[in-house]
Amino acid sequence: MNSKPRIVEVRQNVLKHNDEVARALRQRFHNAGVFVVSLVSSPGAGKTAFLEKTLTRLKQRDLRPAALVGDLATDHDAARLARSQAPVKQITTGTLCHLEAAMIQQALEEWNLEELDFLFIENVGNLVCPSSYDLGENLRLVLLSVTEGEDKPLKYPTIFNTADVAVVTKIDLAEAVEFNWAQTNANLQAVRRDMPVIQVSAKTGQGMDEWMAFLASASRSADRTPRG
Amino acid sequence: MPGGVFENELLPLCDSMHELSIALSILDVAGEEAEHHGGGQVEAIHVRLGPLAGVVKEALLSAYQLAAERTRFEHARLVIEEVPVVVYCSSCQAERPGDAVHWFRCAVCGTTASKVLHGRELELAALELAE
Repeated sequence: MNSKPRIVEVRQNVLKHNDEVARALRQRFHNAGVFVVSLVSSPGAGKTAFLEKTLTRLKQRDLRPAALVGDLATDHDAARLARSQAPVKQITTGTLCHLEAAMIQQALEEWNLEELDFLFIENVGNLVCPSSYDLGENLRLVLLSVTEGEDKPLKYPTIFNTADVAVVTKIDLAEAVEFNWAQTNANLQAVRRDMPVIQVSAKTGQGMDEWMAFLASASRSADRTPRG
Repeated sequence: MPGGVFENELLPLCDSMHELSIALSILDVAGEEAEHHGGGQVEAIHVRLGPLAGVVKEALLSAYQLAAERTRFEHARLVIEEVPVVVYCSSCQAERPGDAVHWFRCAVCGTTASKVLHGRELELAALELAE
């Protein structure tokens, strides 16, 4: 027992199992031609309202969206999203603060991905924990509501840095809360250079056209299998 | 993956569920690697952790104690090496340390970096195995 220990170099990503599952998911999504967007934000930023409007608009365009919703305990979000008529499935995480790739894999077991054009994954409301977990998505979207203040990107730089696009929600309340757009945008660009930022109001519909155009363009430029 | 291996009364002792699930992943990968290298007694687990990994060192250390309890790692130390943020600065055209407050800015000229080279590490670096 007193002999010197042997040191072996390992150099493995601690989350390598999650990454392996995420890689397999990404390949499946690609093969099925489905474009996958994950949504992260703090609790109450308006993910569900934004997603409900997004699903409804895609349905109106005869596209086939679906959503997976991570929620700590309730199924309220899933029930709200189901009003859009799109397939919705709840992932109850219990006390876990984030979604992992294996949970996505399991939730998708009964779904035929070939029948979908878009899949949205609404993460648990949390700006810290989801940042390290790849879910196989094509696009990571971070939401920030005008009521949260301008400095969220500086306080949670990691999640904002890993996002591909930022959506500023509840823009209809901007004036009431003296929201400083220039400062918010500068803070976003400080943690993620050239980050596209879209301002929306799910309530009034403001900015939703711009978001739909962005989504269409992002899904076209993703390397997707052409449909027959 | 989060497992059901802990008795519920232990959970409130842990600072964070997030760090607990990270600790479980560490044990998972460490167990595999220990087997791969002959399956001996693990005396220490070395992890490299960057500030951009979203994991708090102190919380991870206490979560590790909880996760390792009654496993083969019960007596294995967790040694965390903190990795500083290094960015590629397009203005300096060089690798630079990240700013202490604004991690994604070059500490030398203040330009927002286009690429993060180090700082996201959450890596099982090495194992100390008893001979």
